[in-house]
Amino acid sequence: MRIKVLFFAGLREQLGTAGEEIELPAGIATLAGLRDHLRARGGNYEKALSEKALVRMAVNQEMAKPGATLGQGDEVAFFPPVTGG
Amino acid sequence: MKIAVQREDFDAGAEIRALSRDAKVGAVASFVGVVREVPMTLEHYAGMTEREIGKIVEEAKSRWRVMDCTVIHRYGELKPTDQIVLVVVASAHRGDAFAACEFVMDYLKTRAPFWKKEQTPEGTRWVEARASDDLAAERWQPKFADSKKLG
Repeated sequence: MRIKVLFFAGLREQLGTAGEEIELPAGIATLAGLRDHLRARGGNYEKALSEKALVRMAVNQEMAKPGATLGQGDEVAFFPPVTGG
Repeated sequence: MKIAVQREDFDAGAEIRALSRDAKVGAVASFVGVVREVPMTLEHYAGMTEREIGKIVEEAKSRWRVMDCTVIHRYGELKPTDQIVLVVVASAHRGDAFAACEFVMDYLKTRAPFWKKEQTPEGTRWVEARASDDLAAERWQPKFADSKKLG
């Protein structure tokens, strides 16, 4: 399953990338699974996406919970709590 | 209904007048957010931002008698005294207009995907989300939970 992953604000800077396309290994079907998968890369990913890090997630531009299931072609975004207004 | 996410400044007076033209409108409430003290850069998630603001406005319309609403939020480089955000709500009476305007701002601050990065003399830093903003949004929650319109 191929998906698009985006990073914003402090998270984007920490990881040094605004996003990428990822071929998800079989068996990873949820947002939480994707986060674990990215964290397993180690280094900045491990730090930025750690359990303790305050990270919000969206699937196809809708806020989503860790249990949300992913599908082919989804756009997934990781970002810090928002600070607009 | 007008929702704009833009780099350019806006004319709050013109936007307010635009929502005052319907003879049924008796109250127009507005809020302008302004950059305070520190220059900043505002980043946003293009596409999702407009959708989230749209959902917030729809929620406000379901809770108060809102006849029209304009939300403009800027992004990019902003300096002290620059306008950041405008919310204008038109209604028949002030109660609905005031409440809906405040609701839209409170939800916008905790839900719309914008991030502020401040340029301080010590360097740049990402602004952290404030618990007081969450509390401001939560006080609208009981009714909000009933409607289940926002995820």
